[in-house]
Amino acid sequence: MSGDSRLLGFWYVLPYLIGLLVFTAIPFLGSLYLSFTDYRLMQGASFIGLENYTDILTRDRTFTRSFNVTMLYVLITVPLKLAFALFIAGVLNSKLKGIGFFRTAYYVPSILGGSIAVAVLWRYMFADTGFINMMLTSIGFEAINWFGNPGTALFTITLLRLWQFGSAMVIFLAALQSIDKSLYEAAAIDGAKPWRAFFAITLPLLTPVIFFNLIMQMVQAFQEFNGPYVITSGGPLKSTYLLPLYIYEMAFKKFDMGYASAIAWVLFAVIMVLTLIAFWSSKHWVYYAGDKRS
Amino acid sequence: MSDSVTHFDKAIDEAEKYLAAQKRRQTVSLAIRYTILTVVGLIMLYPLIWLVGASFKSNTEIFAGAGFMPVNPTTDGYVEGWQTSTPYTFGRFFWNTFLIIAPKTICTVISCTVVAYGFARFDFPGKKILFATVIGTLLLPNVVTRIPQYLLFRDLGWLDSYLPLWVPSAFAGDAFFVFMLLQFLRSIPRDMEEAARVDGATSFQALIYVVVPMLVPAMISVALFQFMWTMNDFLGPLIYVSSVDKFPVSLALKLSIDTAESFEWNRILAMSVLTLLPSLLVFFLSQKYFVEGISAGGVKG
Repeated sequence: MSGDSRLLGFWYVLPYLIGLLVFTAIPFLGSLYLSFTDYRLMQGASFIGLENYTDILTRDRTFTRSFNVTMLYVLITVPLKLAFALFIAGVLNSKLKGIGFFRTAYYVPSILGGSIAVAVLWRYMFADTGFINMMLTSIGFEAINWFGNPGTALFTITLLRLWQFGSAMVIFLAALQSIDKSLYEAAAIDGAKPWRAFFAITLPLLTPVIFFNLIMQMVQAFQEFNGPYVITSGGPLKSTYLLPLYIYEMAFKKFDMGYASAIAWVLFAVIMVLTLIAFWSSKHWVYYAGDKRS
Repeated sequence: MSDSVTHFDKAIDEAEKYLAAQKRRQTVSLAIRYTILTVVGLIMLYPLIWLVGASFKSNTEIFAGAGFMPVNPTTDGYVEGWQTSTPYTFGRFFWNTFLIIAPKTICTVISCTVVAYGFARFDFPGKKILFATVIGTLLLPNVVTRIPQYLLFRDLGWLDSYLPLWVPSAFAGDAFFVFMLLQFLRSIPRDMEEAARVDGATSFQALIYVVVPMLVPAMISVALFQFMWTMNDFLGPLIYVSSVDKFPVSLALKLSIDTAESFEWNRILAMSVLTLLPSLLVFFLSQKYFVEGISAGGVKG
């Protein structure tokens, strides 16, 4: 019985294994290979060694611009989103009536936010004649040229993703609700102030989900495409020209597959390094309660 | 003796004061919480409310003010937007979206269930490594595999068809769902399956007749998530679907803001409302599956 079930299990996961090889592993290595070639769609690939990479890192001004903008975007968006999600989860985490209503209301943007329809909505909201500007002027402020200004253009995309804090919040909320209430009672008896309890109990117990959300949101933010593509078209002055947009245009507009693959690998390397740093540092700040495994 | 009694009274007195203070604090805290939640909620939902309101306005009215209530409600946006500037109506694009979503969702649910069952209930050589790749692909940015995938599908002659969008799902391509189902499977006791096996059922029969009925809520979660994600997917169709007659709504909407229609805000906003409607409906009809899905996929493990 154990003999045949050893192979049995393998048959069940076989579809996954095939998919992994054909649609992930081989393309993964393929793009690494492509990144060392000059590959235009109509011609074949010719091996050129590190030339793409040296071009990217030394000559390509657009890349430098795009890279800086991407880092700025991720650095602003991810911490803001996590902090906001945690804050609202904290506010929701008590014996509130209507907690389900608020949780749902806050989650709706996460459901819709990836849709192109919301990107379109954003584009119209922040347009010169959009309702944000109309609101500003009606309360006496001056209208802002959101998409004409490098600083504010990127901010509109950040705002769109902040608006979708719901999925991170739901995860935080579930974690908050699983914290043993007696810990807080004990802390209160010992005379701890609420803020002290937050830093001594809540935050340490939340570190695993903070870590999880951080990684997921970071990987997602580095791949932001819809926002710049639909809302700002990468402009103005390439101030929202995030790397995924650059890769897309290089690969599917200019059909320079080799160069695009090299940029993709640089982006991948950045994500990997940051993920590894997060994993490595997690030993020092992520707290796993030993007896909470189910 | 009397000394300790007064001490006792004092303690009770202090405890009562403490409790009263605590109650006051709780009331204040509750008020603050409700205020924050309501204000944030209104700010969050206003764009959507405005979207719906504006879709019933005329173009001149949209530019006239930031309020959401249309003064002279009109369905012009819907009627004209539905016609589009292409030879096709939006109905065609919705039908195309459905043609992408239905096979993809069915393939995902079946393949991910089978694979998760294999991981959850069997030991086989290389299982640990293979399972590590499930987590690995969860974190692997798609951007790095996209170009060779495109070349592969081109060589297969699948460009401008829905095959590149369907086929990877038939091979449990979305590792997230395998992971999610696995979390659910781990919480289902094995007793019933083992009993079935003892009675002579094959492992596949045990899967179909014992595991699947218990796993239905999780499978619904998977189907719902895949529905939403595919509904929202833009880059996939953008890369693989090039003829307008095969466009899903996401591409059609992008097309309409790029063409002359872009000055006709009410048409585009009306079609945006229709684009969001299926996801919203599905979400409200089946909320609990979503919350369960996120918690299972996210927190445990």
